[in-house]
Amino acid sequence: MGDFLATIGRSALGFFASVGRLFLFAGVTLSHIVRPPFYFKLLLRQMLLIGYNSLPVVGLTALFTGMVLALQSHTGFSGLGGDAAVALLVVLSVTRELGPVIAGLMVAGRVGAAIAAELGTMSVTDQIAALSTLSTNPYKYLVVPRVLAGIITMPLLVIVADIIGILGGYIVAVYLLGSNPSSYLHQTWSALKAPDVMSGLYKAAVFGFVVTLMGCYHGYHSRGGAQGVGSATTNAVVSSSILILLTDYLLTSVFFS
Amino acid sequence: MTAKIVIKGLCKAFGRKKVLQGVDLEIEQGESVVVIGGSGSGKSVLLKCILGLLRPDSGEILVDGQPTVHLGSSDRARMLTKFGMLFQGAALFDSLPVWQNVSFGLIQGEGMKLPEAKRLAIDTLAKVGLGADVADLFPAELSGGMQKRVGLARAIASKPEVIFFDEPTTGLDPIMSDVINQLIVERVRDLGATALSITHDMASARKIADRIVMLYQGKIIWQGKTAEIDHSGNAYVDQFINGRAEGPIQMEVRAS
Repeated sequence: MGDFLATIGRSALGFFASVGRLFLFAGVTLSHIVRPPFYFKLLLRQMLLIGYNSLPVVGLTALFTGMVLALQSHTGFSGLGGDAAVALLVVLSVTRELGPVIAGLMVAGRVGAAIAAELGTMSVTDQIAALSTLSTNPYKYLVVPRVLAGIITMPLLVIVADIIGILGGYIVAVYLLGSNPSSYLHQTWSALKAPDVMSGLYKAAVFGFVVTLMGCYHGYHSRGGAQGVGSATTNAVVSSSILILLTDYLLTSVFFS
Repeated sequence: MTAKIVIKGLCKAFGRKKVLQGVDLEIEQGESVVVIGGSGSGKSVLLKCILGLLRPDSGEILVDGQPTVHLGSSDRARMLTKFGMLFQGAALFDSLPVWQNVSFGLIQGEGMKLPEAKRLAIDTLAKVGLGADVADLFPAELSGGMQKRVGLARAIASKPEVIFFDEPTTGLDPIMSDVINQLIVERVRDLGATALSITHDMASARKIADRIVMLYQGKIIWQGKTAEIDHSGNAYVDQFINGRAEGPIQMEVRAS
């Protein structure tokens, strides 16, 4: 019985300790974002790696998301006589919800894992310690460029995802389901509202922060060789995916309450 | 004159495992001290505490008479400009070519312009016996011995006052080990630097050290001039330097 309680206590303490460590890590990172020296070249390089290189995978997933939305809403609403609802549903779902969330999850899988693996390897081979001995702050040199690049490029990626997602809906509605192109475009245009798009972009910036931060945190604190790097990568992807869905709910309840 | 580095009563534990249990050590300006000891005796932790990569639980570390344990990050960065370190696995940045590795501290820390940094990197590489053709290679393309040399070049590039060597010969063949040892002795003498090395390679220790310190179970159990180590009269030291399985030191076979 005592052992059982001790186990619960230990895991609870461990949980709170890691939450505390994560918040400390985030705090230190944010404080270094605003203090010089700044590494602009590294920031640009990370923006290319995180943003530009994610375009194909984000574009493809957004295309299929838009297509399936049009198909689903057409079959779902056909009894209600609402072909007009297809455009509205595609626009609202993509800009508010699916654009940022799906882009966030794809970037978590692609970028979060890559960051955790790279920083993890640097950590277990003493490269991070070596940075400190060469009077370079590892937070500034490694963490800040990645986190900042995530915050900046995710909204840009989501703009692209929104456009391609809505295009996917248009393709299915017009070429497969026989909607009138001009009335579909008209419905799309009147359904498109700036606050919806903006809420999606705010979410995207937060997701970009979450994904890169979790990648950096798990990589930075990985221990114990190849296995440690492997579990850091897994933890980065799993935790950032969960946090994306959690913060998505929280932000939605803030924006639309 | 005060010693370059003074360590007083240094303790560090990880969970219940006490790694350092009250280490006292003084290192004079220009002296080369080698800390020997088995795996898990706390050698690496000692180095990391001095560099501030780990925070000791208690005890004091003075560098040039200045206490360093509670320094903030910018003060510590300033202190670390006096230090150079050669890591066990060389710890070269694998995303950068060799010359940027060597002059990393100068480019990032002191804002040196790239062409000048490259010239200096090539000069420094020459001092460790590497040609200019190595400068544009990436660390992954080098052999273990060459990586160690580049690591040494990186450690001395900013002309530090203190250089740390973490197991400089581990994983090298005996000849390459001796080459690295020779380079270490020459470069340290050249710079007039203070050196602190940790190793379990006795050939390396005898070659590099002015003074040898033996660490066992988190405490210093013997120290003396290099020449005295063969007549230490200490059973632990005798067992260690002769590499005998039998003796007062019992290897912990069980992982803890």
